[in-house]
Amino acid sequence: MKAKDYRSDLAPDWCPGCGNYGIVAALARAFAELDLPPERAVLVSGIGCSAKTVHYLNSYGLHTLHGRGLPVAQGIKLARPELTVIALAGDGDGMGIGAGHFVGAGRRNLDLLYLLFNNQVYGMTKGQAAPTLEFGARPKGLARPNPQGPVNPLWLAFASGYTFIARGFAFDTPGLARLIAEGIRHPGLAFIDVLQPCPTYNDLHTRAWFAERIYDLQAEGYDPAAADAAAFAARASEWGERIPVGVFWRRERPGLEDVLGPPAEGRPLDRAERLLAGHRLAP
Amino acid sequence: MVDFTWRIGGPQGAGIETAGELFARSLARAGYWAALRREYHSNIMGRHSYLDVRVGDRPRPGFYERVDLLAALDGETLVRHLGEVRSGGTVIYDPAVLDRRLDQLPMLDAPARRRAQARLGKGARVGDALRALAEAGAETVGLAVAELLRGADPRARNTLFLAASLRRLGLPLEALQEALAERFGGNARRLEENLRLAEAVYAALSGPEAGLSLRPSPGPRLWLSGSVASAIGKVAAGLGFMSYYPITPATDEPFYLEAHPESGVRVVQVEDELAAVNMAIGAAAAGVPAALTTSGPGFSLMAEALSFAGMTETPLVVSLYQRGGPSTGLPTREEQADLLFALFAGHGEFPRAVLASATVEGMAEDAALAMALAWRFQLPVIHLADKNLAQTAKTVWPIPLSALPEAAPKRAREAEGAFPRYRLGAADGVSPFLPVGSPGAHYWITSDEHDEYGHITEDPELRVAMMEKRLQKTRALKAYLPPERTFRLFRPEAEAIVVGWGSVYEAAVAALDAVPGVGYLHLFFLDPFPEIAPYLEGKRVATLEQNATGLLARLLPVAPETRVTKFNGRPITIEETVAAFEAVAAGGAPARVVLTAGV
Repeated sequence: MKAKDYRSDLAPDWCPGCGNYGIVAALARAFAELDLPPERAVLVSGIGCSAKTVHYLNSYGLHTLHGRGLPVAQGIKLARPELTVIALAGDGDGMGIGAGHFVGAGRRNLDLLYLLFNNQVYGMTKGQAAPTLEFGARPKGLARPNPQGPVNPLWLAFASGYTFIARGFAFDTPGLARLIAEGIRHPGLAFIDVLQPCPTYNDLHTRAWFAERIYDLQAEGYDPAAADAAAFAARASEWGERIPVGVFWRRERPGLEDVLGPPAEGRPLDRAERLLAGHRLAP
Repeated sequence: MVDFTWRIGGPQGAGIETAGELFARSLARAGYWAALRREYHSNIMGRHSYLDVRVGDRPRPGFYERVDLLAALDGETLVRHLGEVRSGGTVIYDPAVLDRRLDQLPMLDAPARRRAQARLGKGARVGDALRALAEAGAETVGLAVAELLRGADPRARNTLFLAASLRRLGLPLEALQEALAERFGGNARRLEENLRLAEAVYAALSGPEAGLSLRPSPGPRLWLSGSVASAIGKVAAGLGFMSYYPITPATDEPFYLEAHPESGVRVVQVEDELAAVNMAIGAAAAGVPAALTTSGPGFSLMAEALSFAGMTETPLVVSLYQRGGPSTGLPTREEQADLLFALFAGHGEFPRAVLASATVEGMAEDAALAMALAWRFQLPVIHLADKNLAQTAKTVWPIPLSALPEAAPKRAREAEGAFPRYRLGAADGVSPFLPVGSPGAHYWITSDEHDEYGHITEDPELRVAMMEKRLQKTRALKAYLPPERTFRLFRPEAEAIVVGWGSVYEAAVAALDAVPGVGYLHLFFLDPFPEIAPYLEGKRVATLEQNATGLLARLLPVAPETRVTKFNGRPITIEETVAAFEAVAAGGAPARVVLTAGV
């Protein structure tokens, strides 16, 4: 299948110039590269502009609740471990209302991919500050400069136990597609912080602003599998004149799926009878 | 006829539960029927707890407030329960505790202490409570605890009182010996010590002239709690996934399934109830029957997910084990105050089903039915239970699991390419179901209003069509349920009818025997609400439930003249239900009657 075969009939209704167009394209491209049968892929989003992504791809798509995409995605994965499950979240979904689930998922290390659509604003509700917006910034949608500081998604992923941590750029479709494919292939919980400029509400961190600053970690010889915590910390904290993209951290470790054992087989009635027998009173 | 109630009391951590289980099992082995319930503080160690076991030559419904035999491991038990032993009953106590003044009992909280001091005097001692019990007609039996425990593990104190109780009842020692062997079989040292102590107690105390004889077993029976019955019912119906956040009294069910991996259920403890309910929805969307358990505070966090399940037509079962509210309330105590919340939680309009268990053994079939309805009609189902049902255990006949309903959706015959998950046109409003991840097809699930494929729509006509489709399921569900499954009416010809739901059932049924002037209508389903108007027409109506304002009254087709309520966190008793029924039968009862039994 080609990338365009994965696109659904629906025309996206995002604003012209939205980073989301690049992300949909990168997903389709990654699926094509992996030769992934569409019925094996399940995309799960929350609420917001980012969440509409699932409708533009021909696979199973769940457009769920604000902040709750990750629990729904994990429920699907635990029910059908053989499916390729990808959770999508805006920065509010992921780092605000869904932050508790972000952390909880890390502890489980299920084999799924989580994309954060990070543009530092809440697009759908007209431009409020997102949890990733720095203190004092005032993109056009804010009444006053941001009175709160940002959370660093890469650090939070690290602290929570994610085993693949990366950052991509929505306007580098080939690069992002490569990261997505790597994240899908990674056996464990993979996180990609996607810089996804919002042309309508974030007039500070624009496509051009990012393009001047981003550099590729791997091009500079950074090895995410060999880097230690200090090396990770240094790169993950970098934001300003230089913003790294690429893979920051890669490890493998056992997770919930390894200890739960396979899903049940056999007749439910037989299992229930076995349980009931354990409560027999002698004689 | 054999029908007595035993109560054992002591501090948490003293092995009250173990003693209670062994008591019940000893009697079950001897051919009797037993039902056990317990009261304890929201605490881990040291505060007062007690446990009742009602024993009979046949199963009888309900529990009494007043007991025949009180085994008091400590002084606090004698003080707290000084009004609750029947005349002619027995109290077993440790003489070493009698000396203490009431204000020297650190865990006897101020309200309880003041009530006791009001009765016994300001400087009263535990011995005064014992005297009060004797004056009320109880025989008091001192147990030489210190002497008997010499050389033994001090924690075996509970064994002494267990053995003393059975000795005073006249149960042959072998029944206790067998129960101990079954319990401690894996630990030779502990078994040997317990057997030795039991024998020593039997030798030290005298038994009654005519005690409990060993009876032939009535047949194969089970010992089950409501939580376990509910778990097994769900497994029989096809449960494959349970996600949960621990909360009293809902944790026993997932804990049981986790401890028994042969159940085949994937059980996951997650970060909060928001994660738990949304994970269950994900699992169900992928075709695996999923359920969860919670209590009021956790259910509060699930409101948006109910709306989500309703909108996306995803099967979801929540067993809501009610406890004292509001807010954190009384975490370990009994109440039925979430009725309206279960019926109306979740914004917007969407179909659901709500059923409430009435008995421990009924929990299995109710849980299975909840699963079956959720999958047959693709909607959220709330299974109401409570602390009482969760943690009461009984001897019951084997449950016929093969007769339980199963979680089975109306399946799509085949699918290729884009699949209309929300196809319009079915008479019952239910679209053929295809799990997420099914080969050869794809579709979308959206919490927004959506078209047949699950894409977002804001079209006014399509919106109306989809809403009507969903609402049609309520009508279909109503037509599907046989009336006799939704309510039961005892003594329909009575001129006064009491209406109740949930675990007041057994107390109500017991009270009917004593009060011929009332009938009792028990609701098993609350949504769809059964058609009971014809049975209440021309009657005087009262309600019976364990909450403060009589929530049920708002749902009845006729206004009740009396709401019988209980909300002190203690479970309803037969005596107070009889008194309430008598007041209703006589007529002129106040608009609200408040029941107050229990300590």
